[in-house]
Amino acid sequence: MSTPYWKTALILLTCFIGIWFALPNLFSKNVLETLPSWFPKTQVNLGLDLQGGSHLLLEADLKNVVHEYLTGLLDSTRTVLRKDKIGYAHLRTDLAQHAIVFELREALEGEAHSRLFKILQNIDPDFTVQIEGIHVTLSLSEFAVAKREKSAISQSIEIVRRRIDETGTKEPTIQQQGSNRILIQLPGIDNPEHVKNLLGQTAKLSFRLLDDSVSLEEALAGQVPTGSEVLESEEIASHKVHYVVRKAILVSGETLVDAQPSFDDKGRASVSFKFDAIGAKKFADATRANVGKRFAIILDNKVISAPVISEPITGGHGSITGNFSVQEASDFALLLRAGALPAPLHVLEERTVGPDLGADSISAGQHATIFSIILIAIFMVVAYAAVGFIADIAMVFNLILLIAALSQLGATLTLPGIAGIALTLGIAVDANVLINERIKEEMRLGKRLLVAIDSGYKRAMSTIIDSNLTTLIGSLLLYIFGTGPIRGFAVTLSIGILISMFTAVSLTRLILLSWVQWRHPKTLWI
Amino acid sequence: MTFKWHGLSLIPHGTSIDFIRIRHVTYLISILITAITFVMLWINGLNLGIDFKGGILIEVQTKGPANLKELRDHVSHLDLGEVALQEFGRSDEVLIRLARQEGGEQGQIQAISKIQKALGDDVSFRRIETVGPKMGEELINNGIYAVFWCLVAMLIYIWFRFELHFAICAIIALFHDAIAVLALYTIFHFEFNSQAIVAILMTVGYSINDTVVIYDRIRENLRKYKAMPDRELINLSINETLSRTILTSSTTLLSLIALYVFGGEVVAEYSLPLIIGITFGTYSSIFLSAPLLLFFNLRRKNQSAEKIPQKA
Repeated sequence: MSTPYWKTALILLTCFIGIWFALPNLFSKNVLETLPSWFPKTQVNLGLDLQGGSHLLLEADLKNVVHEYLTGLLDSTRTVLRKDKIGYAHLRTDLAQHAIVFELREALEGEAHSRLFKILQNIDPDFTVQIEGIHVTLSLSEFAVAKREKSAISQSIEIVRRRIDETGTKEPTIQQQGSNRILIQLPGIDNPEHVKNLLGQTAKLSFRLLDDSVSLEEALAGQVPTGSEVLESEEIASHKVHYVVRKAILVSGETLVDAQPSFDDKGRASVSFKFDAIGAKKFADATRANVGKRFAIILDNKVISAPVISEPITGGHGSITGNFSVQEASDFALLLRAGALPAPLHVLEERTVGPDLGADSISAGQHATIFSIILIAIFMVVAYAAVGFIADIAMVFNLILLIAALSQLGATLTLPGIAGIALTLGIAVDANVLINERIKEEMRLGKRLLVAIDSGYKRAMSTIIDSNLTTLIGSLLLYIFGTGPIRGFAVTLSIGILISMFTAVSLTRLILLSWVQWRHPKTLWI
Repeated sequence: MTFKWHGLSLIPHGTSIDFIRIRHVTYLISILITAITFVMLWINGLNLGIDFKGGILIEVQTKGPANLKELRDHVSHLDLGEVALQEFGRSDEVLIRLARQEGGEQGQIQAISKIQKALGDDVSFRRIETVGPKMGEELINNGIYAVFWCLVAMLIYIWFRFELHFAICAIIALFHDAIAVLALYTIFHFEFNSQAIVAILMTVGYSINDTVVIYDRIRENLRKYKAMPDRELINLSINETLSRTILTSSTTLLSLIALYVFGGEVVAEYSLPLIIGITFGTYSSIFLSAPLLLFFNLRRKNQSAEKIPQKA
């Protein structure tokens, strides 16, 4: 009947380890740092709703990635067809099918057919080429699309990380969620608007020539030459200027190695940049060939400035003077340094909590937890006297072990998580209620005390497991379908219930049996 | 004679309340609650909060008690559509709600900065939330899935542990509990946010406990008293577990009440619906899930065994 020594030792050891790892939470961070190195230092990780900060959920527009990729392939297809003098019509992208489609002037047969097939296949190994009569479809496989999207999202995360690091935010968390989302958590930030603004720009920079073959009036009237487009400038005093710009890119922003905010000789804010070797050569060649013409510096399809090329720029350096403030110039430089996003990001959700609300929530949560412990403790003693008190000890250890587990597992405690803790305490004593009721019944049947206790525990066990499993199923579903803070609720509740299986059963059994063997009472006054 | 401190039996041993006799009354009450909830849902709809509808929510703290009228004057001419202001828990805390603004992300950013400018340094901004319309749709779907799968999981679990007719009765009771929580939102027109889904799921997860404990006892008694009529047996099982049912619900309700009173306004959004849910969950376990079993023949599978009366 008595508990084996190894089991007693194990139970006591678990309780001791729980106290040990829960201990750091009693001290402030500053005090912890002064303590010796053998002392545990991991505290419970507080969610943004408790410590204050900003939570942003972004979605990458991945359709755009495939669209851009197909548009690029469209150009190569056109070039290839022209080079090989193959007549075609209606060359276009079909986004729904992830394909490029066109029609041949005439159906090809025999060797010409297989030659065309080979040429087209060479454009991109991911293409599936289909030639049916005059209809040609070059489609990207699902796998190829998924591959592009996957690399776009991981690249986006990298760029987002660089941009946020550049702002000097401490300890940001940047994670992928689902297939196309990025979750950003910025603890202690008080101006999320700035970050949001920085992330809202794709920052694709390109240098392109202006098209002077048509006047602006003609272009605006709809006579835009193929291979050119009309772009707007940034708003200058709520007035927009339009430019006719060639689509062909002289040099793109990918070849930049550095960008810094600076001032031009007239003291205006500007951004100076530096190309890598390839970019520098391309830029030198392009400027040499086009002296006297104007080129446009384009960021995210907006013309920032359109200077005249007065002489070839060969040094690989340059500077952009647009119409920006000092802050805008420094943001612009930051964006260029961090690189362009492969796809635009949209903010789906933003939640910012100020540090005082967080502190208020923590203290409210502490008060609530302490009061619920006191209320339950009194209630259990009223209902079961001394045996109720044993359940109370178990409940307190449940809380201690829960805090220890949260600290060590690195789980995040959120405000709903605190609600989860209070609820756990209420549910945890349920096991003791079940056990005590069973012991009462066994004693009424006239069994000896130790036998009654033993079979009370045994017979209550299946009910305890049943009732805890159902609650675990509920919190598991909360975890699967819930987001952010709600998951915090599910996590604390699940861990709390698992711990209660130990505290409410093993620990109380040990205490109760030790007490009975020590005092030898004839009956339990429960 | 020494004085012994005795635990107080809240439900005395041998209590025998005829729960089955009043079952038609409780069925009627539950049907009424369900009907009222659906009628109110049809008339009023749900007061969907920012989580589901999208929009902007700002919590500010004023120096001294908030003058809602003055604050309202500051923000009403900003051309942001309908702006709702509401005291939040304390007299110096105000919630400001805006519908989602036109113009994508920039639109939201501008609206927030307009409000920050208009209210200036008089207030401190405690919380700012913006939720896009897409998230709302997803959250509603996720919420419905979560509740649905929770019910399915419980059905399978009870079916596996007991028998199909136990599972059916339990699910009817759980469905009733979910509706009771929903009633809080339709009748009092509380704002329906993701907290409501949490409350419904927890209610279902909690209520099934009571039900399982009573079913467990019914199964045990079915083996013990082979000749006892179903009606008496169910009544006996409810009464035998009544003490536990009431005690456990009381401790949970106590901790939730502490949470509601001391936990602050944000936590109250969880604790209040849970208090209602757990109260109804306890009620439904006693008055619905067990009595409903009478619609089935509990001893279907034990017919042959019944011929040999046996005492445990």
